[in-house]
Amino acid sequence: MANRDITCTVNGRKRTFSVDIRSSLSDMLRGQAGLDSIKHGCDVGECGACTVLIDGKPFNSCIYLALWAEGKDILTLEGLSDTKGTISDIQQAFIDEGAVQCGFCTPGFIMASVPIITKDEPSSREEIRKQIAGNLCRCTGYENIVNAIEKTQKKRIAEKKK
Amino acid sequence: MYNFNKLYEPASVEEALQLKKDHPEALLLAGGSDILIKIRDGKLSGCDLINIYDLEELRGICLEEDGSVLIRPLTSFTDVSMHPVIREHVPVLGEAVDQIGGPQIRNIGTIGGNICNGVTSADSASTLKAYDAMLELASVDGIRLLPYADFNIAPGKVDLREGEIMTGIRIPKDSWEHTYGDYIKYAMRKAMDIATLGCSVNVRLNKDKTAIDRLRIAFGVAAPTPIRSFTAETSAKGHALNEALLEEVANGALADVMPRTSWRASKEFRLFRLQLVKELARRATKAAVEKAGGKFNG
Repeated sequence: MANRDITCTVNGRKRTFSVDIRSSLSDMLRGQAGLDSIKHGCDVGECGACTVLIDGKPFNSCIYLALWAEGKDILTLEGLSDTKGTISDIQQAFIDEGAVQCGFCTPGFIMASVPIITKDEPSSREEIRKQIAGNLCRCTGYENIVNAIEKTQKKRIAEKKK
Repeated sequence: MYNFNKLYEPASVEEALQLKKDHPEALLLAGGSDILIKIRDGKLSGCDLINIYDLEELRGICLEEDGSVLIRPLTSFTDVSMHPVIREHVPVLGEAVDQIGGPQIRNIGTIGGNICNGVTSADSASTLKAYDAMLELASVDGIRLLPYADFNIAPGKVDLREGEIMTGIRIPKDSWEHTYGDYIKYAMRKAMDIATLGCSVNVRLNKDKTAIDRLRIAFGVAAPTPIRSFTAETSAKGHALNEALLEEVANGALADVMPRTSWRASKEFRLFRLQLVKELARRATKAAVEKAGGKFNG
């Protein structure tokens, strides 16, 4: 099958990958770019473990053709840490709130929560739940995940007001 | 890796139409949230695809000069629900598609794909039926306009003729003007679930808001394809806003539906679904009337 060069921005860096045109975005990013935060969970768009942001919106990278990524701006969990590798506030909040148990779903949840924590207005817990409804966690029971997101959102809003 | 065979990549709608004519067996790939999964499942493995996802001319929403709301088929559910034209003129459509899947699915899934699949459970279908949407179906020979009412032929089968691609969904001004709508999705879970029953109602009240001028009601999963209930609509016309109205609409709806049994609904469950038809018809009608500023007497 034909290979194709796909150029896109991944975690702030412009990169080109030579991919089989039948690849999913998760194949490209995990398999070729080595971004292991992307999990192949269900591979059919139900569990959210492969969630990445494309132009700021969450997508299941397992059901997204790699070639659709041409020219797009992609953010994965690896892109949340700073250049020294220090983790971001939302990642720290997941640790502090006990929102991580086995950890398999965590990168997907954190990526799905990025659009929530960057909002200017506080979200209700119900709204947070709606925004993470495309992600499954079989360990935590979700409460601590909602706590971590809520806490980070509040903190960021308070910082903006300073 | 997806096990498909050929991938055609048109750069324009014109090219896509030519490809669809030359390769009638090739499937149109929009957001892929059904097709890519069926390929993965093996049900469609080895198929040929025409990738139209990148055709920006098939994306977007606008209000046309004649007042029609035009939705291009590749518009994602998220973009439908967030769009100012939808929010202002047909908010119920945005509310309906906001109940599909989860955020990731609403970002990739397209409204055109939702209705071209032809499944009865499509969350956008009942609202588009209830608003008498018109479809724009293009082929190399030109454009065919078809009422969405006539589009569904059988489960999973729609009236897209060989070589045709859906290029637009229009909600005429007469359909949306002065109307207020409500959509209720009944499912086992609040998210990532397929409707057990969906009901979309829109009403236009008379001038002093004491009676129904026009009511339109449609259901998903109440029959093998999404359907309107004309019995309910006729009995509601001119009716005063009271308990009897809700009873008439509920009974009218019940007369028109034909729910089937499926893996999601056993024989016993069919009775429950009939109960749902009545109950959702009542509740959605009541909600729509109240949104329209109508008050119930008795």
